Amino acid sequence: MKEVAFGQYYPVDSFVHRLDPRFKLFFLVAFIAAIFVATNFYGLLVCAGVLVFVILFSRIPAGKVLRAVRGVLFLALFATLIHVFFYAGETVYWSYGIICISREGLISSAFLILRLALLVVCSSMLTYTTTPVALTDGIEAIFHVHVIARIMSIALRMIPSLMEETERVKNAQKARGADFESGNLFKRVKAFVPILIPLLLSAFRIAEDLGDAMESRCYVGGKKRTKYKKLCFSWRDLLGMVVACALVAGVVLLRIYVGATL
Amino acid sequence: MRIVAEHLSYTYNAGSPFAVKALDDVSLTIEEGEFFGIIGHTGSGKSTFVQHLNGLIRVPSSLKRHRAKKPKKGEVLPPAPVLRVGDFDLTEKKTDFRALRRHVGMVFQYPEYQLFAETVAADVAFGLKNFAEKGQKPGKEALDAAVRDALEAVGLDYREYAEKSPFDLSGGQKRRVAIAGVIVTKPEVLVLDEPAAGLDPLGKREIMQLLHELHSTWCKTVVIVSHDMDEIAENCSRVAVFSGGHVRDYMPPKELFRNAEELVGLGLDIPLTAKLVLALKRRGIEIDCDYTTEDFIRKTLAFKGGNA
Amino acid sequence: MRAIEFRDVAFSYGEGGFRIPKLNFSAEEGEFVAILGHNGSGKSTLARLANRLLEPDSGEIRVFDTVLDEKNVYDVRRRVGVVFQNPDNQTVASIVEDDVAFGAENVGLPREEIGRRIDFALAAVDMSEYRHAMISRLSGGQKQRVAIAGVLALKPDIMILDESTAMLDPRGRKEICDVVDRLNREEKITVILITHFMEEALLADRAVVMNRGEIVMEGTPSEIFSRHEELLTYNLALPRIGEISQRLREGGMSVSDTLDIEKLAEEIAACVS
Repeated sequence: MKEVAFGQYYPVDSFVHRLDPRFKLFFLVAFIAAIFVATNFYGLLVCAGVLVFVILFSRIPAGKVLRAVRGVLFLALFATLIHVFFYAGETVYWSYGIICISREGLISSAFLILRLALLVVCSSMLTYTTTPVALTDGIEAIFHVHVIARIMSIALRMIPSLMEETERVKNAQKARGADFESGNLFKRVKAFVPILIPLLLSAFRIAEDLGDAMESRCYVGGKKRTKYKKLCFSWRDLLGMVVACALVAGVVLLRIYVGATL
Repeated sequence: MRIVAEHLSYTYNAGSPFAVKALDDVSLTIEEGEFFGIIGHTGSGKSTFVQHLNGLIRVPSSLKRHRAKKPKKGEVLPPAPVLRVGDFDLTEKKTDFRALRRHVGMVFQYPEYQLFAETVAADVAFGLKNFAEKGQKPGKEALDAAVRDALEAVGLDYREYAEKSPFDLSGGQKRRVAIAGVIVTKPEVLVLDEPAAGLDPLGKREIMQLLHELHSTWCKTVVIVSHDMDEIAENCSRVAVFSGGHVRDYMPPKELFRNAEELVGLGLDIPLTAKLVLALKRRGIEIDCDYTTEDFIRKTLAFKGGNA
Repeated sequence: MRAIEFRDVAFSYGEGGFRIPKLNFSAEEGEFVAILGHNGSGKSTLARLANRLLEPDSGEIRVFDTVLDEKNVYDVRRRVGVVFQNPDNQTVASIVEDDVAFGAENVGLPREEIGRRIDFALAAVDMSEYRHAMISRLSGGQKQRVAIAGVLALKPDIMILDESTAMLDPRGRKEICDVVDRLNREEKITVILITHFMEEALLADRAVVMNRGEIVMEGTPSEIFSRHEELLTYNLALPRIGEISQRLREGGMSVSDTLDIEKLAEEIAACVS
């Protein structure tokens, strides 16, 4: 049995799980706005504090949440290194050619990493605590675009199947002596062809099967359907709304009264 | 190559709320030359076990450390795991797993879904090229010859199929190509996870026949994982029963199915011959056969003569 | 009354592809029909034609009194439910009840009715306690039962199982067969079971054998299985028990061609004592 993958619903019952998906989407947008409005560490600290509470109330293990960050670690490190070395700051600590490490560069890199981590954790909290169906309903209710919402939810639903398939094919080719760990970049990319092709074929097969199964159950894209689970705003969402508004307001105030770190 | 496993345990997602103990203190020996069967429910640990045999799942190092550790007074340490395939020690990190995989071929469930190359010949040659020693790429002739042998061994005519796209073949043919792609390196041990799954009755029969041919000519030891008890009773020299991560028994089918009631108690199926033997036993007729169709018929007919 | 009828149906997957030259087939209301055939004999095409996932080139398909055309596809799919082969590829949602609700939502049933349909469908496949479970954590047999429930929620008159047991282990296969048998007896649903496990055909009232897109044999399962030589020519085998009773007969023991274990044991016992 496989672990719950990144971006997959984590089945426990909690305060956050019971929130209305429309509110959760709103919260995500408000949160993203807040982390980009924040121009000093206090602002980001407030955001992080709120997020910690969200995680605590969702009953999702911290390790699980951190794993979401690990997924984008490579990207984050890469971006940070570029930032550290090429940021044109004033207080230079060390330089060589066009590369220089400055105080401003370091600070702005720290910002970058924090923002990215907050962004990834917050959006993965959305998918951890919301079933794809609820997410579809939420997106649909807000944007009135059924097809896009459906595509998204099916994509989420397919992740575990495709991950399992990847694992299977990878093992099968490894058993035939395939080597994914050594050689130069070109060799490694080439080594993935024997995985990619079977995987692509599987994806097509899954899509075809799923299409048949959906059509057989009277699905027609864009046609009006009813919903078994009605979305309803409750006191929880109201409470959450207050927190979200307070967060944005707090970050804006901090920006005005404390000013930017840089 | 003799396969020896002792005290093998494995847990998926160890330390998480989804931890699943797949193997729990498994000890099992498979002798060279056997046609060995592994049975058990989905989730009984049998697939996890066979994936250990070519190092796709490694023996967790935390277990191995026990070897070095001295027990405190009065403490009994769990015995250290052992996993050896021929001369390869699979608990050792430094073991050359690629060399091991060359000797232990593994055919997964629905192997046709791992085909990828443009031609049948290229797909079959994939393993051969991978396992070639560095700087000693096999020549085109040697490659072609090996591919030809492997294809003919699985019953496909080289001239007809070599240049075809594997995706244009029928399901049964694809599976044969996939098996050819594994045996092409002449592994001494061939492990197959449900080789007949999804095939129609005739396809099933042909695949089992093929495995017998391979067993006598290509691979000394064959290990199959199967749900089909008739298949096991007809073909295997010995059988291991997995249940809840343990190995309950391993013995020849003749002895295993003699205690058929016990298997039924585990919720496992039994071969039809065993069901008939049980039904006859309730009617006071004892048929002592090895549970192959052949032997059951002979003994039953002989019983009519009154000398069984 | 005829539940479904194919009249001179022809179909082909384009030039040189698989072809159904002329197919005549029908199932009575409440009947349990098994369709047998080797891989590539056209069994699955038949299932896809029956709810118009595929359109015939000529001939007509009737579901009760309705002749299928592009205008009534939607109504016909409500009445003809299809469960497919791969347990992993036919669920739309992550949670059991959401998936069962999918079809009922598509046809626009009111919320309360959907709730009742989920209750009914999950109870019918004996999965009520898994209502809030994650589908990805279920066994193959359980996943297929959820798929059956999803079809049942539309209250179909006919249910077609297109090799729905092929990828399951023996335990899962038995679960599905039990459920289908019960639905046929208790809910009076017409069942068309497409399979290549000969043993499963024994559940049916009637069995038909397909080969190269045509129906080549038809009768009760035991009639079909008594025509051993003919089955072989269509790349099919007897169920193992038929093979054993036949071998015993060849050896001079007078046993019938029964497919029931207890009965065969009884007959052997009568012969030897």
